[in-house]
Amino acid sequence: MERRDYIGIGVLLAMVIAVPFLVDNPYYLGVLVFTALNCLTCIGLSLLMGYAGQISLGHAAFIALGAYSSALLTTLAGWSPWAAMGAGAVISAVVAVIVGVPSLRLKGHYLAMATLGFSAIVHIVAIAAVDITGGPQGIGGIPYLSFGDLVLDTDIRFYYFSWAVVIIGLILALNLIHSRMGRGLRAIHGSEDAACAAGVHTALYKIQIFIISAVYASISGSLYASYATYIDPGPFDVMHSVLLVTMVAVGGMHRLWGAVIGAVLLSLLPEILSSFSGYFQMIGLDYSQDYDILIYGGILLAIMLFLPEGLFSGGRSLFRYLYQKFSPAEEEG
Amino acid sequence: MAQYPLLRISGLRKVFGGVIAVDDLDFDADTGSITALIGPNGAGKTTVFNMITGFLPPTDGEILFVERKIEKLPSHRVARMGVARTFQHVQVFSQMSVLENVMVGRHTRSKTGLFLSLLTPPFWRPEERRIEEKAREWLSFVGMEGIADRPAGSLPLGNQRMLEVARALAAEPKLLLLDEPASGLNARETLAMGELIGRIREMGITVLLVEHDMELVMEISDQVVVVNFGRRIAAGTPAEVQLDPDVIAAYLGE
Amino acid sequence: MDQVGSGFSDFLQFLFMGLQRGSIYALVGMGYNIIYNSTGVINFAQGEFVVFGGLMMVTLTMTANLSIPLAFLLTVLFVTLIGVLMERFTIKPVKNPNVLRLIIITIAVSILLKGMAMCFWGKGSHYMRHFTGSDPIEVFGATLLPQTLWIIGILAVVVIGFVLFFNHTMIGKSMRACAINRDAARLAGINDRNMVMLSFALSAGIGAIAGIIITPIIQMDYTRGALLGLKGFGAAVVGGLGNSFGAVAAGMLFGIMEAMAAGYISSHYMDAVALLILLIVLFIRPSGLFGSADAARLREF
Ligand SMILES: Nc1ncnc2c1ncn2[C@@H]1O[C@H](COP(=O)(O)OP(=O)(O)OP(=O)(O)O)[C@@H](O)[C@H]1O
Ligand SMILES: [Mg+2]
Repeated sequence: MERRDYIGIGVLLAMVIAVPFLVDNPYYLGVLVFTALNCLTCIGLSLLMGYAGQISLGHAAFIALGAYSSALLTTLAGWSPWAAMGAGAVISAVVAVIVGVPSLRLKGHYLAMATLGFSAIVHIVAIAAVDITGGPQGIGGIPYLSFGDLVLDTDIRFYYFSWAVVIIGLILALNLIHSRMGRGLRAIHGSEDAACAAGVHTALYKIQIFIISAVYASISGSLYASYATYIDPGPFDVMHSVLLVTMVAVGGMHRLWGAVIGAVLLSLLPEILSSFSGYFQMIGLDYSQDYDILIYGGILLAIMLFLPEGLFSGGRSLFRYLYQKFSPAEEEG
Repeated sequence: MAQYPLLRISGLRKVFGGVIAVDDLDFDADTGSITALIGPNGAGKTTVFNMITGFLPPTDGEILFVERKIEKLPSHRVARMGVARTFQHVQVFSQMSVLENVMVGRHTRSKTGLFLSLLTPPFWRPEERRIEEKAREWLSFVGMEGIADRPAGSLPLGNQRMLEVARALAAEPKLLLLDEPASGLNARETLAMGELIGRIREMGITVLLVEHDMELVMEISDQVVVVNFGRRIAAGTPAEVQLDPDVIAAYLGE
Repeated sequence: MDQVGSGFSDFLQFLFMGLQRGSIYALVGMGYNIIYNSTGVINFAQGEFVVFGGLMMVTLTMTANLSIPLAFLLTVLFVTLIGVLMERFTIKPVKNPNVLRLIIITIAVSILLKGMAMCFWGKGSHYMRHFTGSDPIEVFGATLLPQTLWIIGILAVVVIGFVLFFNHTMIGKSMRACAINRDAARLAGINDRNMVMLSFALSAGIGAIAGIIITPIIQMDYTRGALLGLKGFGAAVVGGLGNSFGAVAAGMLFGIMEAMAAGYISSHYMDAVALLILLIVLFIRPSGLFGSADAARLREF
């Protein structure tokens, strides 16, 4: 990790601690918990997109695997939520191997389609296997996580816990990219041939990164289950996977910090939009969640066309560009 | 027991669709020697390199390296056995610094895996420090220690070629394949490259060289293998090959 | 069910269903290949072309009461135009295209199109009348819908048109030249940018045809694109990416396997069949069942 990563983590930590003193509305704390869960998934996805150069359209399904593992093992088998979370992570890792090995042994982007298909199947199973998953009704009564006597049953407790997990996840991911393996992955990005010639086992690394990112998503799903205490198939559809890809792309996929920024911005966006819904109505637009699909599609397209490095890196170059474009003009004139 | 050379190519063939790129090629490279592989454009030289390094599977034939067949191994395995290469079209990792490029070259000489990488920050890993030290040593070997922190993509071609060599050397290979290391270089840079290749041989590293600069080839090679249309048309010392009528014909065009 | 249906007539019934679905996957797979050959990119919006084809056709026939041939033509033109616009506004402007970026762009376009389809046509599924009545024809105890014959017939026409176009017209030959070696084609004076646009046009048109012919049977809605696209992609890969005849054969195979799975196992998990075949083929024969292994090794998209 570099010095600025430590500074970044310090800033993030300070913000995480400070925010509850500014917002103590439980609804907004809840939104920030979901933001943290998205952050965690996006950090993993950013490893995959930015460092392994692959897209997954099935991360929502890994979240679902984590969530359903937690829900089922705690409610039906009476496992501790921690053990269930671990089991979910193992299951996700195994599924990642099954989906990833055939697709990642090859060059190209077969993974995107394979994960899309896997995601569709998970969604179908979640709805159709009513006996196990409860079908569309879902599963309720999922126990809270706890540390001994400290039960994470309030928004504020879970808020601190979930962001602590995000920071740990971020530190681990930063360790990874600043290692021999991370260097190998960045090398693949520069020249796959030269990386192979230097002995980098590209396929293996891509698979390992895919597994790691699946585990991140799975843990985020387990956290979701034990925070909400109720899950149904609704949130785990392909659209959510696309949203996660959008978050990573918006922030900037070649920087882990980009994933954090993108996840925060886009997780808060619906709140911002609905707080403006009054204004939308004034200009004759009836904002509803239905339009999110257009909004996210539009954002993803605009970022990829105009700011492919994402807000985090692109913002700086954009600023420089605007500065050059507008300030010298005044001097000349 | 027969004494094997470091590298033995026998009956090597590669067919792309209808094009026979390499046709029944044989040659040996002895430990510590410099072997030049020369021939007109499209003769199949790069294809031979690609087969030795596991980038392409041969259609037929055998590649023995330290007495092991390697023609079916994937490139990262071949690299681990001690074969390093450079590319005809320079392939540096342009977003990474010069130093990091060479650090990638240490890949086969280090082993920190997934879990250790995740769980320990870089400054806790002694291996990471050793990788950097070694990388700096190899950079100064090629005389680039002064620009270690520059992004590799910003360097002029001459430096990029040197960097590729440093990256390959950082693996401390037994066999080094250089694909036209002097192409695109000016006279001074070519001289420096020739001198560098000489120093590489002094370290005991076997070199296989593809190069169009005949002056360079004739000066530094121990053995020259001439190919045309994928076939070997001559082999021998530089002096022998220069006098070979087939070679003269191939180069002057029939 | 205590039908008179023997084992054979069941089998035949599933086969008809398989051929009908398979034709659609074949068409979608061909669409992928056309764009893949000219750009090296997999277009994630391919399934959306199918959806737009189906829904537009519904509007033109059921709401605007146009005759089927006229509506067919207008729909294909409309979706072709969408393909052209997509290329001009989202693919062409990308200065230094890298495959990952282009793929994400097609993903973005696909969800935009999906959102638009939802805005224009709502969330419900749409009924459309069969081309020539829906009275089934009895064949050895199985029933065959006239629409199924239309689907297979139109697939055949498209494939024949495809062959004629790529082998006997100047434009088609230029497109093939670009696919084989873009630099060489450019040197020969072929404008490869226009070829890319044309490939999007063709691919969107073929997608539209698929949507038009299947809608009377499945009732189109705006969410169908992803799964249709996935199965078409499966067909394209299993047939050997870039090889359109392979895609047709593999599409048929997919359809039949899927119908058999639905008939003999469970219709719930029918959609898993496509993914399963795709993963198995990627694992044991990534070049596809009909592609050359050597070509696939070097292939990237
Ligand atoms: N991947 C490939 N697919 C198809 N044909 C290839 C491939 N690589 C090389 N060829 C063909 O094989 C022949 C030999 O090419 P190769 O690059 O090995 O020649 P070379 O001797 O290195 O030439 P140069 O001096 O120009 O570098 C050429 O006809 C080339 O077009
Ligand atoms: Mg060459």
